[in-house]
Amino acid sequence: MSDLEPVTDRTHGSPVPAAADTGPTPPPARSARSRATERVIGVLALVGTVFTVWLGLWVTPPDRTQGDLVRLVYLHPGVAWVALYLAFGLAAVSSVLYLWPRTRSLFWDRLAAASVEVGVVFNVCTLVSGSIWGKPTWGVWWAWDARLTLTAVLLVLFLGYLALRRIPAEPEVRARRSAFVALFAVLDVPLVHFSVNWWNTLHQGATVLNPGLTLKIHGSMAWTLLLGFVSLTLAFVWMLLVRYRIGVLEDWLDANELDAALAERRSEGAGPGHTVPSEPVGVA
Amino acid sequence: MWHDAALVAGKDLRIEARSRVALSQVAPFGIVALALFAFALGPDRGVLARGAPGLFWVAVLFCTVLAVQRSVSVESADGARDGLRLSGIDPAGLFLGKAAAVGVQLLVLEAILVAGVVVLYGARIQVPWMVGVSCALGTIGLAVTGTLYGALSSGLRMRETLLPFLLLPIVAPVLLAGTRIWQAAMVGGSPGDGTQWLRLLVAFDAVYLAVGVILFGPIQETA
Repeated sequence: MSDLEPVTDRTHGSPVPAAADTGPTPPPARSARSRATERVIGVLALVGTVFTVWLGLWVTPPDRTQGDLVRLVYLHPGVAWVALYLAFGLAAVSSVLYLWPRTRSLFWDRLAAASVEVGVVFNVCTLVSGSIWGKPTWGVWWAWDARLTLTAVLLVLFLGYLALRRIPAEPEVRARRSAFVALFAVLDVPLVHFSVNWWNTLHQGATVLNPGLTLKIHGSMAWTLLLGFVSLTLAFVWMLLVRYRIGVLEDWLDANELDAALAERRSEGAGPGHTVPSEPVGVA
Repeated sequence: MWHDAALVAGKDLRIEARSRVALSQVAPFGIVALALFAFALGPDRGVLARGAPGLFWVAVLFCTVLAVQRSVSVESADGARDGLRLSGIDPAGLFLGKAAAVGVQLLVLEAILVAGVVVLYGARIQVPWMVGVSCALGTIGLAVTGTLYGALSSGLRMRETLLPFLLLPIVAPVLLAGTRIWQAAMVGGSPGDGTQWLRLLVAFDAVYLAVGVILFGPIQETA
């Protein structure tokens, strides 16, 4: 693929005559290097994940007490690490950097948005995989355990962030608004953390079952666990890069959609009966 | 800052005194909510009395959303927000004033709801001061966060649906703490249980008060 691949072909049904004088500005181009980096990370994530699945499902032994259920341990902590620490931590840092006047740039805003969106996906995976583990272990799909509750609250907070982002606005206005909401949400996290901890421990005593700590980690198990962490992190980075790029294109589309559509109409409606504006049109 | 805050709070409370929206709509809504909880849980007074702390705070949370919506809509008509900004009022003062007005309305509302809980649910409060303190601290937290999110969402078309979604998860610690303190106050035994939660409420209030005082100016510019 050449470096000047016309992205417009994918975003619009038909190619937009970007070469026209009055036509829209072309979408931001990407360097071959960023393209290659993205691809390498994606391939590494895929290979790592496939290996984790293979090791986790076939190579590693079942646990003495938990049996095959233990295999979720290769997935669940890694997903949770990405969702709760990496994604939302990155979103918090980028939101603060956006709000800080010296580092204000739409780069941080898009990074935060991409990070939250991918983080929400991982968060849902955390809750689902935890539920699947909890049903046979605890006997319930959902326990009001402090950690579970905190994870769920985080999910709701950042779903709110995404809902806010969906409201159409100027990119700068949307960026500031979202950054504030992310900041407020992040400030809430320690408060929620303490309150659900006390809430639960006061309620029924500590029943936190931490799978990682109750296991005797077998050699192959430890390696699989580690590989799972690495490949899930790589998957996160890859998704983040792709989402960031989509964010850039979306903003470009928002700014140029009308121009592009107008150019299209003008080029097709040169015949009689159309009230074309009196100014000359670049493409005849 | 304080003078501006008093001016803004006075203005909002005067509007409320003349329009009576909180008193004639929000407070009855709170009572309706209490009645609905009773319908949902059944007429067993034991269950209701035990659930009273949580139900009280959930009703307060719902009313907070309404009060904040009202507080925002007061400024949204006739370019009032631009007028406020043009008037040279300190943004921190504006923030504190708006929050104070919401807080005062919430306190009145909570007094009504406390009476409702005692009468309708048969809740027996053994340590009244704890209930009072928790209401005061909880109200500060709710009014402050509500005002922040209200300002953020003030220019949005989808404000009515978005505000509860953004605000209610954020104030979850207030609900947890308020409920716990109430439970301690109803059992009457150990106020030691409650102090931990009171500290949490103080932390919550301090964090969002500081954020609001510092950031309300920039937040307003986004609307």
